[in-house]
Amino acid sequence: MGIRERLSGNEAAATAMKQINPDVVAAFPITPSTEIPQYFSTFVANGTVDTEFVAVESEHSAMSACVGAEAAGARAMTATSANGLSFMWEMIYIASSLRLPIVMSLVNRAVSGPLNIHCDHSDAMGVRDSGWIMLFSETNQEAYDNLIMAHRIAENKDVLLPLMVCQDGFITSHSIENIELIEDDKVKEFVGTYKPEHYLLNDKEPISIGPMDVQAYLFEHKHEQAEAMRNTKKVILEVAKDFEKMTGRKYELFEKYKTEDADIVVVCMNSTAGTSKVVVDKLREQGIKAGLLKVRVFRPFPVDEIAEALGNAKAIAVLDKADSLNGAGGALFTDVTSAMYVNKKQVPTVSYIYGIGGRDTTEKEIDSVYADLQEIVKDGRVENPYRYLGLKEEK
Amino acid sequence: MAYNLKDVIVNTESRFTPGHRMCAGCGAPPVARMVLRAVNPEDHVVVANATGCMEVSTCIYPYTAWTDSYIHTAFENAAATCSGAEAAYKSMKRQGKLPKNKTTKFITFGGDGGTYDIGIQSLSGAMERGHDMTYVCYDNGAYMNTGIQRSSATPHFADTTTSPAGKVIPGKMQRRKDLTEIMASHHLPYVAQTLAMLNFSDLYEKARKAIYTEGPTFLNVLAPCPRGWGYPTEDLMTINKLAADTCYWPLYEVVDGKYKITYKPAKKLPVEEFLRPQKRFKHMFKPGNEWMIEEFQKEVDERWNQLLELEAMSNK
Repeated sequence: MGIRERLSGNEAAATAMKQINPDVVAAFPITPSTEIPQYFSTFVANGTVDTEFVAVESEHSAMSACVGAEAAGARAMTATSANGLSFMWEMIYIASSLRLPIVMSLVNRAVSGPLNIHCDHSDAMGVRDSGWIMLFSETNQEAYDNLIMAHRIAENKDVLLPLMVCQDGFITSHSIENIELIEDDKVKEFVGTYKPEHYLLNDKEPISIGPMDVQAYLFEHKHEQAEAMRNTKKVILEVAKDFEKMTGRKYELFEKYKTEDADIVVVCMNSTAGTSKVVVDKLREQGIKAGLLKVRVFRPFPVDEIAEALGNAKAIAVLDKADSLNGAGGALFTDVTSAMYVNKKQVPTVSYIYGIGGRDTTEKEIDSVYADLQEIVKDGRVENPYRYLGLKEEK
Repeated sequence: MAYNLKDVIVNTESRFTPGHRMCAGCGAPPVARMVLRAVNPEDHVVVANATGCMEVSTCIYPYTAWTDSYIHTAFENAAATCSGAEAAYKSMKRQGKLPKNKTTKFITFGGDGGTYDIGIQSLSGAMERGHDMTYVCYDNGAYMNTGIQRSSATPHFADTTTSPAGKVIPGKMQRRKDLTEIMASHHLPYVAQTLAMLNFSDLYEKARKAIYTEGPTFLNVLAPCPRGWGYPTEDLMTINKLAADTCYWPLYEVVDGKYKITYKPAKKLPVEEFLRPQKRFKHMFKPGNEWMIEEFQKEVDERWNQLLELEAMSNK
């Protein structure tokens, strides 16, 4: 019944990769994800895995090599952060358009500049329209579990899209937590063997990949990608069901933490959810109907389900750990409010940009958000929907 | 390596088929065809291609001119993409996931823009990592696909759309980069510079050596461009011959560090023989510009003498 361990988020990700035993891993060091290829190359050096490890000269080549490997018929994985993902950007789009189910561990960090190696979600937000499935993880356990489920989702015939598992740089990647690992043989059976339909190394069926795609075709091909992303939601839930059977751990598109009867709800992703849960519990003790909605599946965005879950709230705060710098709130805020509008749910909603460049977000600050929401509930008015949390005030 | 080139051409099917949309008189298609002819008929090939003329003219959805497996992803990363496919092959072969008795060879094609400039990092990385693959640069000396812009492979003084021969600046004012030497400095088991002449034998033989030498190998092949260079399409082979006979494009190979010049013209022609038929050098022949031809000649001579010395030194 599982193996009790104590691992950091990076160790958890590397352990999942070891158990998945991919054919190829191509990666380049960048803080805070560096440890993942470090640990992994030790597995390779000691013969623990069958993987060919490609120690590339850049992240652009890391993703290029993953694309080459996956197209060749292999299961390919990588890990990166921040500027590493920015440098991959061109290939991120190419990976998804070629419908290659590559799996990446993204350890979230602020994208330069100026240079900052600490956590925020600006790296992930930069690729939110790239056609990758994006799963977010509150804890080391979730980072591990999401990776174990990743290939079953990405490689599904109705999906065939690359997938990234996000976790917070340093906050989870370098913090040691209790974790329950799954036995190697169970993981092997759960993940299964990769059987691509068409691949470069099939000499019996030579194929051309990545053609020039002109006006007569590109639109339809992009539409097929969009359809695949729509199909993904169902597959994610099916895989989660099987995962629950194996481990007893239940995963959905998002976690509803005491939202059923909540008047005031905070929406956020990754480790901040942990802090928020503590605050929710304390508020509940005081009789305040607070709740938390933690988004796990950010792409595809569960529009209808989120609108349904938030529809009865009286005020909502959406916390974005990345500023869209558009004068109109963060990306998660835009997605949530759009989902609500389309589903005809009219609830006062405010955006908070928080935790930029690794700024700590404390219980006290989350508490202040719920206090703000209580004010909003009183008269239903939102003075300024575009707010900042934890920003030092000018003196 | 005993073979009859005529038999090779007559008896093997071309792996690069007609119907592609490369220009008449372009030097690149004969390079692709001949390099692939050097592959044993029973072997499978994964071709990786950088964005460029060759890619946009040979693989336009839903058509392809390639009978082998082919992948194009972007401009600067053909070597990295190929290295990933090669790593997959190694891994899957080792794990018994691929047929034991089938050999796959990995060949990358990139133009000079995708190789000398934007792709040099990816190329250098893949070669240093020792992947078992052959990188073929078809060097036409400018960004021809986007309309003849200068690259670091563009020869000195050439008139291109971003190094135009103007009233004040007479063309490209920098010498070209010597990529073949850069590749030789990676200490690869096989590096060669060639072009299509002498009934293609130099190209064919070097391609065979490159493809069947284990490890990373590199071929730099001159591939004239009628639009960018400004010569009549039927003169492709003449231009190639002049490039070799003037020693503008020396044919040589570096095998495990040993240099061998594979073609020494009986009579080394003055470089203006190579320059004159090309419109991109037209301004060099205007009265008062003699110094440009002199300087160009000096550069060619310097390089040729240096190669002769390298050959002598490395074979001592």
